Amino acid sequence: MKDREGYTHVASLDAEHELAVEDPSGLEYPKPATARRMILNMGPQHPSTHGVLRVVLELDGETILSARPEIGYLHTGIEKQCEHEKYQQVVPLTDRVDYLSNLNNNQAYALAVEKLLKLEIPAFAAWQRVMLCELQRISSHLVWLGTHALDIGAMSVYFYCFREREDILKLFEMYSGQRMMTSYIRPGGLALEPPRGWHKVTSRLVERLARGVDEYQNLLMTNPLWCQRTQGVGGLDLDTLVELGVTGPMLRAAGMKVDARKDQPYGAYPEFDFDIPTRTTNDVYGRFEVRMDEMRQSIKIVRQALEGMPSGPWQADAPNILLPDREKMKTQMEALIYHFKIVTEGYRVPEGSVYAVVESPRGELGYYIVSDGTAKPHRVFMRTPSFGNLQSLGAMLEGVLIADSIAAMGSMDFVLGDVDR
Amino acid sequence: MLPESVAENSTALAINHQMPGAIVDAVNAADGPVLYIDPVQIVPVCRFLKDTVGFEQVIGITGVDWWPRAPRFEVVYLLRSYRHNQRLRMSVRLGEREEIDSVTSVWLGANWYEREAFDLFGIVFRNHPNLERIMMPADWEGHPLRKDYPVHGHKYSYRDE
Repeated sequence: MKDREGYTHVASLDAEHELAVEDPSGLEYPKPATARRMILNMGPQHPSTHGVLRVVLELDGETILSARPEIGYLHTGIEKQCEHEKYQQVVPLTDRVDYLSNLNNNQAYALAVEKLLKLEIPAFAAWQRVMLCELQRISSHLVWLGTHALDIGAMSVYFYCFREREDILKLFEMYSGQRMMTSYIRPGGLALEPPRGWHKVTSRLVERLARGVDEYQNLLMTNPLWCQRTQGVGGLDLDTLVELGVTGPMLRAAGMKVDARKDQPYGAYPEFDFDIPTRTTNDVYGRFEVRMDEMRQSIKIVRQALEGMPSGPWQADAPNILLPDREKMKTQMEALIYHFKIVTEGYRVPEGSVYAVVESPRGELGYYIVSDGTAKPHRVFMRTPSFGNLQSLGAMLEGVLIADSIAAMGSMDFVLGDVDR
Repeated sequence: MLPESVAENSTALAINHQMPGAIVDAVNAADGPVLYIDPVQIVPVCRFLKDTVGFEQVIGITGVDWWPRAPRFEVVYLLRSYRHNQRLRMSVRLGEREEIDSVTSVWLGANWYEREAFDLFGIVFRNHPNLERIMMPADWEGHPLRKDYPVHGHKYSYRDE
């Protein structure tokens, strides 16, 4: 069976060049009659591709000559769907783009719509957003750490990471009623009032996470197997990385101090004190260290948010955009009218276009929204970090061993829902 | 002549100085100016922006379909400069059957974004190294993000059953 470029799918033997078998252990292997240039299809169901990514590898023995990522297996047409929903109905769709960092997606969309509406949100809502997004960053990095370590062969880290992640998801459930598809950050503020006792629960959670992060790093960083598998693997020079559109932790591990939270601050981030961790090793190990340090910085931010959380309303005062309080609807005529109008017609957004950026756990996440003055967006383009990062995979895998490709792919931390949209 | 709305913008001034007439229009959006570039000059403008002004990265390239208005398409370029900590948004207006030069010779990262715009809008980028569908299957008919493409699909729809 051949695909459209004439590559044979299963394996093909190519008798063109002779292969010298040299084994460092000195054991003698029977030499194959012919040398091999093999086309191997990795994925779309390979467990280390974390979703449905297909990589067509051209191999010489175990060395990758070229790698061609094929995407689109998870294309759901979310951008098309957005054009046919009202502005408030787009929010649940943004959850499903990058399902490991849905709150960041919610926030990027909310920021874009708020910019178009010229809507200011109250400080309490902005601070809650920061706190929740940082917890989301930790939970996303925990999933990455667990699965990445599992790919390389460290099983137990996975269980620890998912245990702590579950606690974060429980907090999200407490906030929004949903573990993963929270839709909690909406244009104009938050979806619901933060639950009673959120402060106590979050403080306790953060203390646990702070202990956990150090533990997991100690589990891995002193492990000689982990170091051998990750150090010096998966590098690509910085200029190529930038030109290929890579953002986020991958750039920071190559020594570039970039972070949308600092460079072009949004929301309440200017009021927080945190650092951007960087490394100069530019390999899988460097990315591991950068992400571990990012978790520590996120914990620092959450602690600051817990200490200095301002009081105030959790939604902007915009009755024509935000659904009214249930109690008011039963007693006030205006609230009932606004509710009816928002649910049936939606709200109109002034004509124009905007591009709003947040720093998601994977890199630069931007929403480009074009409004034609109606209640439905004319175009929503999601600039997702995984798409840009994945583009560097082909260049990164050239000349490395198959086993290293697993480590390199894991270190990119892509989410296929984020790539294909 | 530089449009008045961006007469103060240093990037617009630099482009206008180097290539007079390349900026055909400009608007001030909520997040900064948007420069409308002459489609014929898109590659020289991008080359100048990358090499001289310092926009090292193309963050994204996408399309907007204004059907039934004419010109039908708008190609949007989102650029990022780390050196100057700046962003720039450029647009190009394109008619239905018009083609545009690919900027993959300027930024390698434009490759997938242009493929995506080709796949979903049917905008053809000349001199692209590998202009194939990227999201949809290779034998797919139509371009899903066009406004005249129904949201439930014109083929294989559950409505046919």
